[in-house]
Amino acid sequence: MKDLLWLIPLFPLAGFLVNGILYLVSHRTHGEPTHGHEAHSPEAKAVAPPHASAPSAHADQHPAIPFKSVHAIVSPLMIALSCIVSLGAIFDWVRTEGLAHPHVVTIATWIPQGVNALRGGGSAAFSVDWSFRLDPLSALMISFVTFVGFLIHVYSVGYMGHEEGFGRFFAYLNLFMFSMLLLVLGSNFVVMFTGWEGVGLCSYLLIGYYYEKNFAADAGKKAFVVNRIGDLGFALGIFGIFAIFGSLDFGTVFAAAAAHPEKFVPYATVICLSLFVGAMGKSAQIPLYVWLPDAMAGPTPVSALIHAATMVTAGVYMVARCNVLFRLSPDAMLFVAVIGCATAIFAASIAVAQNDIKKVLAYSTISQLGYMFLACGVGAFVGGMFHVFTHAFFKACLFLGSGSVIHAMAGEQDMRKMGGLKSRMPTTYWTYLVSCLAIAGIIPFAGFFSKDEILGETFGSGHRLLYAVGLITAGLTAFYMFRTVFMTFSGKFRGTEEQEHHLHESPGTMTWPLRILGVGAVVAGFVGIPEVFRAHGHLLKNWLAPIFLPIAGHEGAEPGMTPGLEIGLMAVSVAVAVAGILVALRFYTGERAFATPKRIAERFPSAHRVLENKYYVDEAYDAVFVEGLGKGGGRFLWDFDARVIDGFFVHGARNVVMALSWLSSFFDQYVVDGMVNGVAGTLQAGYRGLKRAQSGRVQNYAFVMGGGFLVLVAAYLIWR
Amino acid sequence: MNVTINDYLALSFLIFTIGFVGVLVRRNFLTVLMSIELMLNAVNLNLIAFSRRLSDLTGQIFSVFVITIAAGEAAIGLAIIISLYRQRKTLNVDEADTMEG
Repeated sequence: MKDLLWLIPLFPLAGFLVNGILYLVSHRTHGEPTHGHEAHSPEAKAVAPPHASAPSAHADQHPAIPFKSVHAIVSPLMIALSCIVSLGAIFDWVRTEGLAHPHVVTIATWIPQGVNALRGGGSAAFSVDWSFRLDPLSALMISFVTFVGFLIHVYSVGYMGHEEGFGRFFAYLNLFMFSMLLLVLGSNFVVMFTGWEGVGLCSYLLIGYYYEKNFAADAGKKAFVVNRIGDLGFALGIFGIFAIFGSLDFGTVFAAAAAHPEKFVPYATVICLSLFVGAMGKSAQIPLYVWLPDAMAGPTPVSALIHAATMVTAGVYMVARCNVLFRLSPDAMLFVAVIGCATAIFAASIAVAQNDIKKVLAYSTISQLGYMFLACGVGAFVGGMFHVFTHAFFKACLFLGSGSVIHAMAGEQDMRKMGGLKSRMPTTYWTYLVSCLAIAGIIPFAGFFSKDEILGETFGSGHRLLYAVGLITAGLTAFYMFRTVFMTFSGKFRGTEEQEHHLHESPGTMTWPLRILGVGAVVAGFVGIPEVFRAHGHLLKNWLAPIFLPIAGHEGAEPGMTPGLEIGLMAVSVAVAVAGILVALRFYTGERAFATPKRIAERFPSAHRVLENKYYVDEAYDAVFVEGLGKGGGRFLWDFDARVIDGFFVHGARNVVMALSWLSSFFDQYVVDGMVNGVAGTLQAGYRGLKRAQSGRVQNYAFVMGGGFLVLVAAYLIWR
Repeated sequence: MNVTINDYLALSFLIFTIGFVGVLVRRNFLTVLMSIELMLNAVNLNLIAFSRRLSDLTGQIFSVFVITIAAGEAAIGLAIIISLYRQRKTLNVDEADTMEG
């Protein structure tokens, strides 16, 4: 079954084609769907929230969706098949070849050979294959990507049930799964880059799913443009890797780097930073994070799948994939760690002051991604990937839970208008609560193990400042996540009566994925139990060990920590998390709910305003890049164009041309025409003379003839 | 009195000159035609004189051809004169200057 690896991305591709074609066919025959959509659009009926994106539940008002059952079955089925093949292939591969031997399946040659000169002498043949690689890292990725992806597909069937663009949505979703699996399965940088761009495209398409809404279309464009900046860095990194190693195949490149690090080290920092710029864009790190909060304009399952669980972790995956290269550049590693840590606390501090439930989750995602990069930066790649894995479960569950809430609230996303939903939506409440405990890092939920590993490794590697910032972030995380819990689910309902009447638990297609992901949020951490609790308990560490190739001449001792210190650190982080939860409990529940936060906001109005407006980063970017570099640059270019290009070159050229043309005209008029007229004049003069000779009088001719004869005879006689 | 070839040639030159001057100066077409005849006959006299002097009949035969051609020339010339007279009601050579450039 391991040779059927190529089937894994192929299933979603087939699903994309089926859904896309059916949608296009029905779109043709049923006319323009957006007309009907406008009238029945859930956003149109929503209480005008800024980023409403949930469908309403008034099924009876909606026209029938063509091929709805086909879309609803084909799309999740394809992902389920992918999931089954993935698991089968992983088992088969582990059983027959073992973890240490990556299994590569090549299905076709993409770019055949061409010889290129290398930096530092020698040459290499550039050739790229469509090949897929099954190794511990990609196995981890495909297993949870297909599993979580399948659950979110099922959820979407319920959530998107009344949408006119049902088929379009599932076509995009399947295309996304195809690209994502291409990204994680690709055996060389080019295939990975193809998937990388593919997920970016799908992200754009799905953020702009409600394309008739300006904010959604703009958010899609923003995501696309910001991602392009990162992709440029990634592409530069890939070029650099080829220039040095002469290959883009993972196996070849990493083996070469590990065997002869001295060849790579001079370029390591530049290349790793280029690669990391790509990761910054895709995984929403400072300064390229701005697209992710806006990406919440897409439907909530999209936010869950793409902008929380899978796509945004691609940057972490890439850094972990290139761990050999990163380990050779301590400067790049430190940069990654600092950026990750700064992003973590920055996003967490913004999340504290947001009232839109999806916005909170979006900033929380950015913050958690920061943790993952912090882990990679301090060398704890296992910890980073571990957090990717656990985060996929609890963040997907949180997003789907928020989607369930928004669904029940008919599109309302403002938490100030919620409250008391616990009794109305018990399943949503409990799964959301469990996931919040997981993200807050409460033992024994999933997030505890991964986050604690990250913090522990950060402390152990000697980055005390980063550890402190990470710890504060953990406290903030616990606080703002439980703030959403209390604002949404406890207390009294604060919305309108109509909304209250409408409240209901979501259908089974939505609650079952929630339950399964909730279980995942509890148990996913058990694959990485710290060694202090149980010997050889860290299954994930052993599983991922083969991807960390030993680097020649760099075998350093693991920075060991005493068990006592390790347990102490855990106790501290759990204590901080609990403190965060307690503060949220004190602030947002009971008799005096909201009183304290309000007082704090009044006491520090400017600080509150800054946080509420997300540090004005969007405004700053707008001023610097859009207004400044864009429009100001446009003005500068306009002036440059008017003064220099037009003034000097265009007008100068015009003057030169005019002078030349004057010369040319002069030459034409007086020399060329002069010659023409001269010839004509000469001929005319000649003709005037000769004309007189041809008098038409025969006697004249005879006279001339006779005269001429006489002259000839005389000449003959004289000069004989 | 002994007549020599020089005498013939002198006579021939005289007649030819009279004819040529007549062609050049006379305005009447008929007179011009007659002057041409004079020139032709001057040539004939010249030919015969040399034929006799050189005891070669070629010159005499040539003069017979010239007389024949002169007869044809006269016929055509008269025809042209008649035609011209019908067109212009005149025989003045100067009037026939249609070919002026």
